[in-house]
This record gives sequence, structure tokens and C-alpha cells, in this order.
Amino acid sequence: MEIRSPQFKNNAREALVDENLQSALGKMRTGFTSKRAEARARLPEFDDLRDQARDIKDHTLAHLDLYYEAYEEKVTAAGGHVHWARTAGDARDIILQICQDENAKLVTKGKSMIAEEVALNDHLEEAGMEVAETDLGEYIIQLRQEPPSHIIAPAVHLTRSQVEKSFRKSHTHLADDRNLDEVSSLVNEARQVLRQKYIDADVGITGANFLIAETGTSIIVTNEGNGDLTQTLPRVHIVLTSLEKMVPTLEDVSTILRVLARSATGQEFSTYTTLSTGPRREDDPDGPEEYHVVVLDNGRSAMIGSEFQDMLRCIRCGACINHCPVYHAIGGHSYGWVYPGPMGSVLTPTLVGIDKAGHLPNASTFCGRCEAVCPMRIPLPKMMRHWREREFERHLTPKLSRTALGFWAFLAKRPALYHLSNSVLVRLLRVLAFGRGAIGSLPLASGWTRHRDLPAPERNTFQELWRSGGYE
Amino acid sequence: MNDVRNKSIAARSEIFSDLKRNLDIGDEKAREKRVRERLSNPPRNLIPERANIPHSEQIALFREQIEAVSATVEQVAAAADVPAALASFLRDNNLPSRLRLGSDEALNALPWNKTPNVDVQTGRAVPEDAVSLSRAFKAVAETGTLILLSGADNPTTLNFLPDTHIVVVSAKDVVGTYEEAWTHLRETQGKGSMPRALNMISGPSRTADVEQTIQLGAHGPRQQHIIIVDDL
Ligand code: SF4
Repeated sequence: MEIRSPQFKNNAREALVDENLQSALGKMRTGFTSKRAEARARLPEFDDLRDQARDIKDHTLAHLDLYYEAYEEKVTAAGGHVHWARTAGDARDIILQICQDENAKLVTKGKSMIAEEVALNDHLEEAGMEVAETDLGEYIIQLRQEPPSHIIAPAVHLTRSQVEKSFRKSHTHLADDRNLDEVSSLVNEARQVLRQKYIDADVGITGANFLIAETGTSIIVTNEGNGDLTQTLPRVHIVLTSLEKMVPTLEDVSTILRVLARSATGQEFSTYTTLSTGPRREDDPDGPEEYHVVVLDNGRSAMIGSEFQDMLRCIRCGACINHCPVYHAIGGHSYGWVYPGPMGSVLTPTLVGIDKAGHLPNASTFCGRCEAVCPMRIPLPKMMRHWREREFERHLTPKLSRTALGFWAFLAKRPALYHLSNSVLVRLLRVLAFGRGAIGSLPLASGWTRHRDLPAPERNTFQELWRSGGYE
Repeated sequence: MNDVRNKSIAARSEIFSDLKRNLDIGDEKAREKRVRERLSNPPRNLIPERANIPHSEQIALFREQIEAVSATVEQVAAAADVPAALASFLRDNNLPSRLRLGSDEALNALPWNKTPNVDVQTGRAVPEDAVSLSRAFKAVAETGTLILLSGADNPTTLNFLPDTHIVVVSAKDVVGTYEEAWTHLRETQGKGSMPRALNMISGPSRTADVEQTIQLGAHGPRQQHIIIVDDL
């Protein structure tokens, strides 16, 4: 996927005045957060499970080479194949080769962020294959030739009527006067259009949420069932995954699954959690006859032992994105690549380079909500700070931000002073609001206030609220 | 293929040597021992108390949880009651009377001849099948989750292709937690072995991809009905 992160500021500016986007985002600002909070409240052990999930992943990363050796042995014993890709290009080549060996004409795909990372679809299409995304959100954005804007809800930036327009434009074989007013009719239409694709496909490609070393298993977690039709019906199933997806045992994955859906959508459990091990067995009447796993590195092995290692615990639940005030304001496309929000601000620079993604770690208010909700307890703000410092050292930022950042870094290293200055600032901003709830214009911040009123801060800073237990 | 394969082999050794270099390896023997032990004797982590209740309450919890995600559940006393229960479910929901199931012994041994209006076909699901019947390996109470295993007895396509999926589960197969299911799995499959596909399923297919509005029947079944059998 083309990297548009260097244009972050422009992207964000456009996003703020995009009415469709703002209307679509309005709905996600509260939905995900309240559902997660309810799921957490229903499970008293939730926070203790998060601690264990973190420890399991830390243990796995510390023994990653050994777990992969065990995993590979199991996959091979079950009749599957493990392929290794150092770069995005290598992963594309491996998959293309498997598809070509199969003479594939039609390839179906379940949702895979790694496939977005390596820009798989373009590569297969250039080789003359048809690629059909089957996750509803992915299908919609494929029709619109857009990248996903969220890691678990790829079309969250669109309104119902935008989806309707895209369906009318693409599904020209259906009657013009059909009624698509309801979400249900859109879902039904996609269901019908995609049915035949599952049946006709030569190869099905899915991602993997986890790999299990104990059994040589790959796991997908979905709600639609599209991933299962994608991987069960064609003759060949390819799993595209990345190095950090490993967990040791069924018990370990159970612990992590207990925090995944609850953090992501607030569900007790996702509708479908599928554990796949090798190809069709002798007495199996269905399932793929070939099972391939492509393990992508793409810079991850270099994160081991670095200050960014903790990021490899990420299970792509999206909670940090769902709770991010910056994401709520500008949506996912502004971040300019595959991974948006706080997790993207940390991950993107490690994967595409700080020179291309240096703006992203600045897209943060350091409110700390991402870390507070991350099921894997990843210190996202700390890692964004690492990037800011690195970027600062490389003098990549313009002079004004450098001065401001230098001042900020000075304060940030002195917590007492930082909190004091924030409290002072909060009070100052309230004065500027003249007792109203919002500030119409602010010196030096006209880029923000030109298009919107800056909400006057509540009486307390986030940190003050946090300490008094007013949040979470 | 050779070029690609050689590259993959080279990538593998580069990745492993990067990992070994970047990891703080220390005592290699101790590392290997930790991994071996965890894999051969997987320790249980923290297990929520929620399902630590008597078996009858676990059945009630399973019901409550899976009904909350739009499945329907009924409980019958004897295996012999299943065909009649099924026939009335099909009738009440205006569903066709043709049913697809695998070669599961318990399901095939049911007295189908008592419900001549239900036409039973065996084998994997085909796109034309509207209704399928499977037997679950386990039903997990803590989150209302069925566990189904692939194979000729209960082919995976039955779980996903038809619009309506009916699942029979024996009351004794209702367990509290995932971990209990794994213990039974290792007993039946052998340690470290898995069926080709193990499906954990909670309710019918759904999506919230358009304006976060939950809509059932995205790609998998639109409807899921569960029959718990006390004596199966
Ligand atoms: S960083 Fe944490 S909260 Fe964000 S997607 Fe990853 S696991 Fe989820």
C-alpha cells in the first residue's frame, strides 16, 4: 500500500472538514468504548487476565526461536508447509507462486492486515488473477478502491448511504429500483454476491490471529464466517501471518482470547474462533487439500531486544484506536498507511521507517487512554515518546515544533512540573472560553480552531481525574 | 518454485539468527527446558470463577450466554426425542424439511423413521442445503460457545454453508471453561494433536461493518438452534 504518512498534516486537515467522515466517526466515538467497559465490568478477573496475557506474550517472545521450531515441526507433521518471508516483496512472491502453481483464476480472501501491509491484492491482480475480499468491510472498501481505516472495522469511515452508492455502482446486474435503505438489505446483497465467489475460488487466503506451537495450529477470529468459507471451500488454503503471532499452548491462547473480543467489540467471545491444523485428512469430506503458512518478518525480528519489543505483544484488538481522541477526530486514513491510531503511530515507523512516518508519534495528546485500555498492557505513550525523541535527534521536525518539543521534553522528564503546567494550562484555557464550553479561536492554533471550536477543558486534567479514580 | 523456495529457506535462517542475536539468551539449556515443559505439560493460567458452579447451573449459564447472542436453545430428555423436536422446529420456522448431516453415529442412530416428513441426507454440505445438523464435541458455559470438530462425522461445511445450523449437544458435554474442553480434547485426539479444523462458535453469523449496526447472517448461518439432550 502506498505510504501517505508524510502528508499526515494535510490528511488530517482534510479529514476534519469531511462531513461524511465526521458523521461516520460520530457513531464510533461512543459505541466501542461503552461496549468494552460493559464487558470488562461483567468479568471481575478482566484486569488480572490482562496481566497474564502480557506475561504469556513476553515469555513467548523471549523463546520465540524455540517455539517456532516446535511449531514448524507440528505443521509439517500434519502435512502443511511453512514458508518464511523476510520482506513484504518476498511474501508476495511466495503467495503468487503458490497461486500460479494452482493455475488460480479466482482467489478469495478473509480479512488480513498483513495482506494490506504487503499490498497483496495488487500483486495478484497484476498477474491476472481476480481477488475477492469477503469480509463485508473489506469488500466495501475494495469496491471503492480505498485502504481500510481501522484494523477491525475497515469501513468504519463510511456512512450507510455511501455504501449504498458503491453497491449500486458495482452490482449493475441487479435491478436499479431495488430498495437498499436498510443495513440488512446491504448485508444481504453482499452475501448473495459473494456466495458464488467462495464456491468458485481456487485459492483461499486468510490471516491468522494466533499460531499455537503446541499443536502447529493457526487461528482466525471472525464474526461473519467469511474466513471459514474462504478457507474451507477452495482446494488450497494460504495463511499469511507475521512473526509475533505465536503463543505456546491452547491454555495460553485461551487466556488471550478472553481479553481479545472483550477489548475489541465488547463481545464475550467472537462468533467464530477457528483453529486450523494442516490440510484435509484422509477421512475428511471437506477442507483444503493444501495448507500453507507464510510467516512474514518485515522488520519484526529487529524489534526484539529493542525499546519497541513490547509492541510485538499487540493482538490487533483495536481498543487503543477506539479510545483515541486523535483518531476520533481525524479517522484512520489520515495516518497514511495500514495501521492507524496509537498502535499505528508506534508500529508504522518501525515498519516503513521514521523518515516516512515521523509525524505519526506526534499525533497524540498523551492522554494515556490507549495504554489504559490495551489488553496486552503495551506502553504506547512511552514508545511514542521514544519515537519523538529519535525524530528530534534526527532533526526531522521543523524549527517551531522542535523548540516546542524541546520544551515539552524538558517538562515531560519532570513529572511534577509537567502536571503543574498542565493544570495551569487547563485553567488558562477555561478562562479563554469565557465560561462557555468552547474556545472559538486560539493564538498559534488557528489550524485547529478555524474549522471547529476547541472544547474548553473540563476542570481537571486527565492525570488528575485518573488519580482520583474518575476514569475507568 | 525453486527460486522462491530457496529464498524462503534463506529467510528462515536469517530470521532465526536475528532472533538468536537479539534475544537475551543466557542459559540455552534452561530456555530449552522451559519451552519443552510448557509444551508437554501446558500449565493452566488464571481461570475466571464465573463457570465454577454445579453442572446444572453450567447448562443454564451456557444457555443464557448463547441466547444473548441470538441462538435459540431447547432441552430434551432423551435422544429419541430429537427428531420430533427437530421436525417441529423446522415447521415452526417455515424451513424446508430436508436436513444434511454427517456420519456421526449418535445422530444417525436417532429414530428418524418416526418423523417420515423429515428427509435426512448424509455427507458434507453443498450450496443448495438450507438446513444442517451437527453434534458438538463440547459446549462451553463461560461464554456460550460450541466446539465442533471436523471430520466425516461432522464435516466443517455443515457449520458454515447452510442458512440454518442446528446443533445437538449432550448435556454431559457441557463444560465450564475452555480449559476443560482442551483436557477432553487431548484425551480423545492424543496430546498435541488436533483435528484439521476445530470450530468455536457462539451464535449465528453477524456483522457490524455498516455503521456499527449489528446484522445477523453475514456469510455464515442466519440462524442457529441448539438442542441439549439430557441422555445422549
Ligand atoms: S496496541 Fe494494545 S490496544 Fe492497540 S491494537 Fe494492539 S493490543 Fe489492542
